[in-house]
Amino acid sequence: MTPLSFGVALVAFVILGPLLGCFLTGADRIITARMQGRVGPPFLQPYYDVRKLLAKERRSLNSFQGYYLILALIMTILSGAFFFAGGNILLVVFLISLSSLFFIIAAYSTRSPYAEVGAGREIIQVLAYEPMIILLGVFFFLITDSFDTSAVASLELPLVVALPLVFAGLLFILTIKLRKSPFDLSFSHHAHQELVKGITTEMSGRSLAVVEITHWYENVLFLGYVGLFFVWAPPSTLILAVVVALAVYFLEIVIDNSFARVKWQFMLSWSWIVSLLCSALSLVLLAVLNGFVV
Amino acid sequence: MSESVKSPWVLHYDASSCNGCDIEVLAALTPLYDVERFGIINTGNPKHADLFLITGSVNERQVPIIRQLYEQMLEPKIVIACGICACTGGVFKECYNTLGGVDVAIPVDVYAPGCAIRPETIIDAVVEGLGILEEKRRLLAAGSLEPAELPKQPSAADKPVRGETVAAAWQKAIANALQTAGQEEQ
Ligand code: SF4
Repeated sequence: MTPLSFGVALVAFVILGPLLGCFLTGADRIITARMQGRVGPPFLQPYYDVRKLLAKERRSLNSFQGYYLILALIMTILSGAFFFAGGNILLVVFLISLSSLFFIIAAYSTRSPYAEVGAGREIIQVLAYEPMIILLGVFFFLITDSFDTSAVASLELPLVVALPLVFAGLLFILTIKLRKSPFDLSFSHHAHQELVKGITTEMSGRSLAVVEITHWYENVLFLGYVGLFFVWAPPSTLILAVVVALAVYFLEIVIDNSFARVKWQFMLSWSWIVSLLCSALSLVLLAVLNGFVV
Repeated sequence: MSESVKSPWVLHYDASSCNGCDIEVLAALTPLYDVERFGIINTGNPKHADLFLITGSVNERQVPIIRQLYEQMLEPKIVIACGICACTGGVFKECYNTLGGVDVAIPVDVYAPGCAIRPETIIDAVVEGLGILEEKRRLLAAGSLEPAELPKQPSAADKPVRGETVAAAWQKAIANALQTAGQEEQ
């Protein structure tokens, strides 16, 4: 990764990230509505929502919350830029964790009991998905001998062939990362829930708009993780990666609409079981593939 | 049409409705009427809401709660009184504990009558309210939106019933009782 490629990726991600994220969310809401026998909102509804939130009166419980949320947004953008520029995957993972951290601090800073419960649940979600994400980086290194995401471009076969179980593990925790049912514990996009609005309870107007935009960037980045498994030497495989990422997003919508929210104990234990099983079995599989010479 | 009109988020509060109107408000939010077509979302959080739908008449205990919810909502915001109880107090108007409609506690923008209110009336009222919402958004953007003035803290004793306030009626009744007691003693 050169400074130039990073600059290009940064500009592209800043501009295209929210566009794609907004379209994805718009499509999600229409597909969800159709699955429930409704017509659903206009395609650009997420954009209208954010525009409305930006036009609302400026009021906030304290002066820090807004800064924390902006920091979360910046970390997400940097993380995505490193990812799409072919940068270090560990850096990508840690930057996005930092973003979650700022989001959690923003919720805690309000001292609202509802927001605190939401923030607590967000921490549990981070605990649940983080092992798999780190292991993803480790396995990435085992296959490509590099932590740079650009290394996939020199592979002869896509990562998914060597690491099918790691991909399966990623799919499992992706539901948490995309904030989809049954793992949308800290806040969900669906209207009513028991905790007012979870971690975003005290975020209103502009702050909520920033949260929404951050989520658009995140969605694009996480679908990027999925696409990473389907890119290898020929550049045309990028198209395959996009198609697979969209298919996975559709699958997530189906899951979102078919399951009710679970308890955090279930989410935490099963994400860890799936993460550890997938990675242990992947090691065995790799050993077999390499003729026991790992 | 601007964005605030395209994405009105709703907060629903039951003041002391008989639940008839609540059921209708929830019916309006079911897939049958699919209000998400207009970007309407039912939130449980006043800090995210633009429209405040209130059902039922208001008694003294409700006033601080309704005011708090109202004050937690960010401008531009509008209040819709759903059902005749929320408009005026309805059949409960003369009850000793009822102060009247929602407008005894907070300013109301749209009065939507009916007992129980029909989902169609609610949707009509929301559409009517969106015009007011847009007007408020324009005022806010121009920096000339005056904060809405809350009505003076009402009390059940000041409520007029059949041409007389409750407090005056009580005073009269007590005076009468004392007088009768005095006459019996003599
Ligand atoms: S208007 Fe009628 S249905 Fe609605 S709360 Fe009053 S009495 Fe009940």
